[in-house]
Amino acid sequence: MIEFRNVTFVHPAGVTALDQVSLVIGGGETLAVVGENGAGKTTLIKHITGLLKPTTGTVLVDGDDTRVRTTAELSRKVGVAFQNPDHQLFSESVEQEIAFALRNFGFSEELVRQRVDWSLNFFGLEEYRKSSPLTLSGGEKKRLTIACILSWDPGVVVLDEPTVGQDVIQKEKLSEIIRMLKSTGKTVIIVSHDIEFLWPIQPRVVVMSKGRVIADGPASELMLQRDVLASARVSQPQLVSIYQALRVRPVHPFVHVHDARSWMSGLVKNG
Amino acid sequence: MTNILSIQNFSFSYPESHRRAVDSFDLEVENSEVMILAGPSGCGKSTLLRSINGLIPHMYVGEYGGSVFVEGLNVKDAPMRDLAQKVGFLFQNPENQIFMFSVERDVAFGLENLGTPREEMRQRVDEAMAQLGITHLARRAPHELSDGQKQRVALAGVLAMRPGMVILDEPTSLLDPMTASELVELIDGIRREKGTTFIVVEHRLDLLVRIADRIVVMNEGRKELDGKPSEVLADERAEVYGLSIPAVVKIGNALKRDGFQLGERIPSPLELATEVNTRSK
Repeated sequence: MIEFRNVTFVHPAGVTALDQVSLVIGGGETLAVVGENGAGKTTLIKHITGLLKPTTGTVLVDGDDTRVRTTAELSRKVGVAFQNPDHQLFSESVEQEIAFALRNFGFSEELVRQRVDWSLNFFGLEEYRKSSPLTLSGGEKKRLTIACILSWDPGVVVLDEPTVGQDVIQKEKLSEIIRMLKSTGKTVIIVSHDIEFLWPIQPRVVVMSKGRVIADGPASELMLQRDVLASARVSQPQLVSIYQALRVRPVHPFVHVHDARSWMSGLVKNG
Repeated sequence: MTNILSIQNFSFSYPESHRRAVDSFDLEVENSEVMILAGPSGCGKSTLLRSINGLIPHMYVGEYGGSVFVEGLNVKDAPMRDLAQKVGFLFQNPENQIFMFSVERDVAFGLENLGTPREEMRQRVDEAMAQLGITHLARRAPHELSDGQKQRVALAGVLAMRPGMVILDEPTSLLDPMTASELVELIDGIRREKGTTFIVVEHRLDLLVRIADRIVVMNEGRKELDGKPSEVLADERAEVYGLSIPAVVKIGNALKRDGFQLGERIPSPLELATEVNTRSK
């Protein structure tokens, strides 16, 4: 469980990036954090890994106060794939990059080899095994950072803008990974502007604006609140906009395109 | 009239690679077109873009075949200095191209390098900042700005060079949905007002298809699809080539197959629902 207790974070330059945030993220939850550029989303997740410490208030990860734990200790529990993959790739080859954390955590060489092979295969990076991470495309680097953190199997997985640079095939793979993590009881936190990607996952949604949490609830309810979303410069998913504009509509919003398609086909045919 | 971009049977292979990154590629782009360039990771989009702005062959060596002309200028022979005035490039992450201590100095950077006279530089910088709505940020340090503002500063620096064509690499991917929508409107406005051509690499199509004239889809170095957005997105191969088809388009296509008449233009979610409401009375 992750708990933010009345957390405020003020940058050394004096800008308040988090303003009295209180939030409880239960084990096994899938949470999406959305909001305008500069709302404090990345600052929020940096507090979970202990990269930033609260100016006031407390952050607890599995009961551990992040101020008294080192980032190294916390990273065994929390894996983060940052928005800009260049900030976390530094090894000479792709396989060494994946192996780096595993060796640091003291995994046996046999297990390191198995995990590296699995990750390269699963993320479609096998052909780049010996290549420098710096020669990969933006989308490939992003996949590599996710491969790295999943390889050591942390209980909490944080994905900051995971869909940037990913085509639809890779996005589907990402959805599949998130579903898999969900089914294995991992806590998954996704920071993303890609509302169309988030909607079918149906996560709990936290809306941030100007350093504060302004709304918190299931996607199926929160995404229907156009004004709340707009105040954080977030748009509704297209399926929700269509749903709300239909004169005759089902009780619950469409989650998948095929639901909307068959409902609307039925309306037109019977009209 | 000469097209702003003419690519004729262009192929390129990198020295260390056994396959062609771009293979026998032909493309004609007219003035003021907004073209989306799409395709799966590694399909050759970046190589094609480098061949338009001159990084290929001037910075990246390799096996070069065919020709690329920008405003009639053969890219292979043209000096980078000339190409830089014809083709602007906006990176995905604006932080990769903003580095001066103030916004106005950053916008002026390209012009300073070209040795533009002071008066003209002042005028062009002011005009570009006004166009992007960032005049009030002129004296601010770029690193203090939001991502959306940084994106505008970077684009202002590109537009101050008055290129006929601007290439944008996933310009909306780091922006919140409303800022992204504003950027798309801005691109449309500049195209209409200045006649600038835009080539946009983008995976998120929901916003851009509203203003795009055309989508070109690449796969394994080749051009696979080329047409109006409504045509390309109705093609079954589009998704196979990695395009995220917006929900409105998928639903619209299905309704069309059921015999429902929809216009050629891609509707907004509200327009689509209103059409269905009207027909289902």
